[in-house]
Amino acid sequence: MSALLAAEPRLRRDLHPAAWWAWAIGLATAASFTTNPYSLLLLLGASGLVVAARRGDQPWAASYRLYLWLGLFIVLTRVIFRLLLGGAYPGTVILDLPSIPLPDAAAGIVLLGPVTREALLAGLYDGLRLATIVVCIGAANALGNPKRLLRSVPPALYEIGTALVVAVTVFPQFAESVRRVRAAQTLRAGSERRLGRTRRFLVPVLEDALDHSLALAAGMDTRGYGRSGDRTPSERRRTGTLMIAGLLGICVGVYATLDATAPRVLAAPMWILGVLLAIAGLISAGRSVNVTRYRPDPWRTAETVALLGGLGAAVLAWWVSRHQITIAYPDPAATPTVSVAVLAGTALAVLGGLLAPAPEVRS
Amino acid sequence: MIRLRDISVGYDDRLVLDGVDLDIAEGELVLVSGPTGVGKSTLLGVVTGLVPRFSGGVLHGDVLLDGVSIVRTPPRERAHAIGYVGQDPARGFVTDTVEEELAYGMEQLGLAPATMRRRVEETLDLLGIADLRQRDLRTLSGGQQQRVAIGSVLTTHPRLLVLDEPTSALDPTAAEDVLATLTRLVHDLGLSVLLAEHRLERVVPFADTMCLLTGDGRVRVGEPADLLVDSPVVPPIVELGRAAGWKPLPLNVRDARRRVRGLPDGWGDRVLADLADRPVPADAVAVLEASDVTVAHGTLVALREVDLALTAGRVTALMGRNGAGKSTLLWTLQGTRARRAGRLRADGVDPAGLAPGVRRQHVGLLPQNAADLLYLETVAAECAAGDGGTGACRRLLDRLVPGIPDDAHPRDLSEGQRLALALALVLVAEPPVVLLDEPTRGLDYAAKHALAATLRDLAARGHAVLVATHDVEFVAQCADDVVVLAEGEVVSTGPVRRVVAESPAFAPQVTKVLGAPWLRVEEVLTAWESA
Repeated sequence: MSALLAAEPRLRRDLHPAAWWAWAIGLATAASFTTNPYSLLLLLGASGLVVAARRGDQPWAASYRLYLWLGLFIVLTRVIFRLLLGGAYPGTVILDLPSIPLPDAAAGIVLLGPVTREALLAGLYDGLRLATIVVCIGAANALGNPKRLLRSVPPALYEIGTALVVAVTVFPQFAESVRRVRAAQTLRAGSERRLGRTRRFLVPVLEDALDHSLALAAGMDTRGYGRSGDRTPSERRRTGTLMIAGLLGICVGVYATLDATAPRVLAAPMWILGVLLAIAGLISAGRSVNVTRYRPDPWRTAETVALLGGLGAAVLAWWVSRHQITIAYPDPAATPTVSVAVLAGTALAVLGGLLAPAPEVRS
Repeated sequence: MIRLRDISVGYDDRLVLDGVDLDIAEGELVLVSGPTGVGKSTLLGVVTGLVPRFSGGVLHGDVLLDGVSIVRTPPRERAHAIGYVGQDPARGFVTDTVEEELAYGMEQLGLAPATMRRRVEETLDLLGIADLRQRDLRTLSGGQQQRVAIGSVLTTHPRLLVLDEPTSALDPTAAEDVLATLTRLVHDLGLSVLLAEHRLERVVPFADTMCLLTGDGRVRVGEPADLLVDSPVVPPIVELGRAAGWKPLPLNVRDARRRVRGLPDGWGDRVLADLADRPVPADAVAVLEASDVTVAHGTLVALREVDLALTAGRVTALMGRNGAGKSTLLWTLQGTRARRAGRLRADGVDPAGLAPGVRRQHVGLLPQNAADLLYLETVAAECAAGDGGTGACRRLLDRLVPGIPDDAHPRDLSEGQRLALALALVLVAEPPVVLLDEPTRGLDYAAKHALAATLRDLAARGHAVLVATHDVEFVAQCADDVVVLAEGEVVSTGPVRRVVAESPAFAPQVTKVLGAPWLRVEEVLTAWESA
């Protein structure tokens, strides 16, 4: 902590992407515990402030703006739906529209009708909550490179991580191939019927995707992906057995927990056992993966601080939702207020983000 | 170091390689050559282990690495010793930045982080790509991608580097860069290189050993100068050397120039007077006229105030480095690509304002990837879909490349045949303007000669032809005029002899050896015969 508060200028460094995601998920969790517009706007402000101060200059950092537009769209949709299907929400009528009853097939649904201030506010609060959650995830996306996040999965999940990275990377190329084939097909005559048109377009795109996958697989194989290393068959068998037994345990445990008639001994004990077995399997699998990491992202104090900031915001919001219910879920008829706990949660979120070092400058 | 012993590879009942023996020594650059479809890629695949795993087929024989058989070892277990760069390096990239791509192979081998760090820095310097380290791989130019791909296999310190047509997609300057890099690796690091290449004129000067696939599954291995004496595929310089009876054959421009000094004075005077560019006929009308055409992606300018005129009966070559805006210009002239400003008149209309079906009757375009046009199972079905059953397309195809069976699958055709099929589909609408985007990619000398003849024939039938290409030898063979683009602007334009004389980078080998205005081997041969 002393390093964070030192007088010397901080060195620029990219924070571990997992820390940013944990921080942002903390904020999103906090948002999910309240419909108080002030709390939500505070959280939005916290995420915006941190993004503005700590995002890098890479392409994904520009995506935050898209999430803000998406948030606005969500809020507007919620409010418009309240207008259209407001029904008989009690409260002060601010606009008396005629109601249009629907035919019997959709009995019980009334279009338009008197619009109350409370109905609009309830829609607004609700939309704002969802929008805040979405914007917080957008903040994570803008601050931490999602691909680097996938790359820092534990060794046991290495193969899944690689598959996801490849999928994310290949997608833009697929879009490019779609665009290219579409343009190329206008250069020749051919079937103009609907089925024929689909075929004209699909066959070259799929051929291209298949060629591409084969080239990529060949490229990965010749560069050593999936080398067996020094793993013996008995090790592989042990890992497999542990994983499958663990999954079975978790399945039985979850089933027993949800089904009240199942014997209790199958519930919590079973899924705890399952989780333990699965962890043992993951460790065993991780040990046999012979892959090293080039310049892995380090996890230092600043990462922990960001994580704690997000966690603190989430815990305080949960506490408010339990103990200060009127503040967490205000009545649309009354003016919402905030408490010290809400302000403290926001402060933790901002601090956790701003105490992180500024990102490296590239290009 | 690597020995191939009695290798045979067959698909179904056809033997592609039959009893091949090949030794690759430490620090040797081995060039694999031969016409298309004789099994160059197959031979490389046997060494890397991709054949038969990724290609199917049956493999017999043995591959020895330092005396140990590795023929049953999968490619991933050979990765520490053999590095492979495929035809399109961008397709083999696994990560998204240069630095991560360089490290990927080492991560798979489980090298220590400190070693990885050191090797990435060394490799960045070795290939001169240190300033690209943070760049997204997809934003790099073709030459840069090729160098990153080479770097990404070099970091694992392989002893043999296998490259499949490393310069086929590159402009002349980028190709020389890549080849110079490879030569340096061979000289400085003692790395062995095995590479397949169509464009011999680029690679032959650098090769120590040549492995010529003869087409019957056999190979002939030897010094390039010995093998090229009767090889079916030769670069223009060797054609000259063969005709003049020079021994040993000159393989690079410098050697050939020294031989030329030995020729009697005034050997070409009688022909020289006739060596003029085909003049533009006085009554020629421009079929396509573009003036001040500007195209932008957002605020990024792709083409700036381009002026261009195409006349009927002439072939114009469009040249320029990778990313100079050649494809953009073609698509803009065709009308699909919207322009920011400028006037365009093709065949009396502005193609940008037409529906696709009408547009292709005015301007035909053969895109870079000809396979994008094809979608049916047989050649006959493609032709029928292209001409609505009139048989016009099939007649066109027979004129371009005779003898393609009706029931063949378009994907089973050779590169040249597939190109002809796509071209026939474009030409069936009888457009007066024909545009071609990089049609020479992956074609061998014979197929390129055939394509050059096709383009001359189209011009003779009154089409105006514009062909974008990197291949200077192809330009020398078939073009009347050349337009050179750089950064989206026209920097040079005019008859081919003049432009080539002005820009040495775009000069074919004959011009480099004999000086302007010599352009084609046939011209020199006529001069020698008459002298």
